[in-house]
Amino acid sequence: MHRFANPARFMRLSERLMPWCTAGAVGFLAVGFYLALFVAPPDYQQGEAVRIMFVHVPAAWMASFAYLFMAVASAVALIWRHPLADLAAQAAAPLGAGFTLICLVTGSLWGQPMWGTWWVWDARLTSVLVLFFLYLGYIALVHAFDDPTRGARAGAVLALVGAVNLPIIKFSVDWWNTLHQPASVFRIGGPTVDRAMLVPLLVMAVGFTLYFAALLMLRIRTAILESRLRAARLGEVEIGAETVAGPAQ
Amino acid sequence: MMDFLAMGGYARFVWPAYGVAVLVLALMAIVSFRSWRHRQRLWSEISTTRRR
Repeated sequence: MHRFANPARFMRLSERLMPWCTAGAVGFLAVGFYLALFVAPPDYQQGEAVRIMFVHVPAAWMASFAYLFMAVASAVALIWRHPLADLAAQAAAPLGAGFTLICLVTGSLWGQPMWGTWWVWDARLTSVLVLFFLYLGYIALVHAFDDPTRGARAGAVLALVGAVNLPIIKFSVDWWNTLHQPASVFRIGGPTVDRAMLVPLLVMAVGFTLYFAALLMLRIRTAILESRLRAARLGEVEIGAETVAGPAQ
Repeated sequence: MMDFLAMGGYARFVWPAYGVAVLVLALMAIVSFRSWRHRQRLWSEISTTRRR
């Protein structure tokens, strides 16, 4: 893995991978939206409202997955000081926040017709709201320092501490009595969702994952370019200082 | 067609949900891409001043 922590190598690798991820994301999402809106059958209890599931569930999965990625990258950054790990964690944060926002808003729009309420303070909903604030807190903390390395260090610690929220989100529906239903896809004994709905859901999930991967690579590339720009500007300042110092000698 | 748009009476929940999802996904891509293009422009400016 450490080979990919080399920025130059990452730039070369991501340049080759990004078009494939982008094309895959566009393809899977196009097919996924088509299946979700036109092909998947209405639910026998929820009717057409069940179609909200096809954006809500993949967004919820990506919200947790992006945080897991951020936490692992932060651990790598703290332990091994890999140059790319901090950049990767910071690149993932706004994407994770976006997925969490989609999850919360679509969940609310699904809750109103099915539960009769936009919001309840049950364990699942509250822990996902905490996840959203963790993302925002992480982004704010990273940018709160003048020295980017100190900001990255503080952010990495917050990301790791916040990772305790991930198992809480996952098992909240088992540990507490929640209005939110328990897991129905990734569960022991196989999914309880019918194939006709499971296939569109998984196509959407693959689309969301590739979308995340493509944007993540683009954002890490941007961060690498930014650090090169900073180094180049510092270099120019040094060159400037030498020319100023020159004649006085 | 009208049946499809009505979403079995759930139109005011289904369409906003899809709208928000598409909007947020699109914003994520637009913001990321613009920031990349901005840095790229700065980088090419620096490289040209260096060559001079």
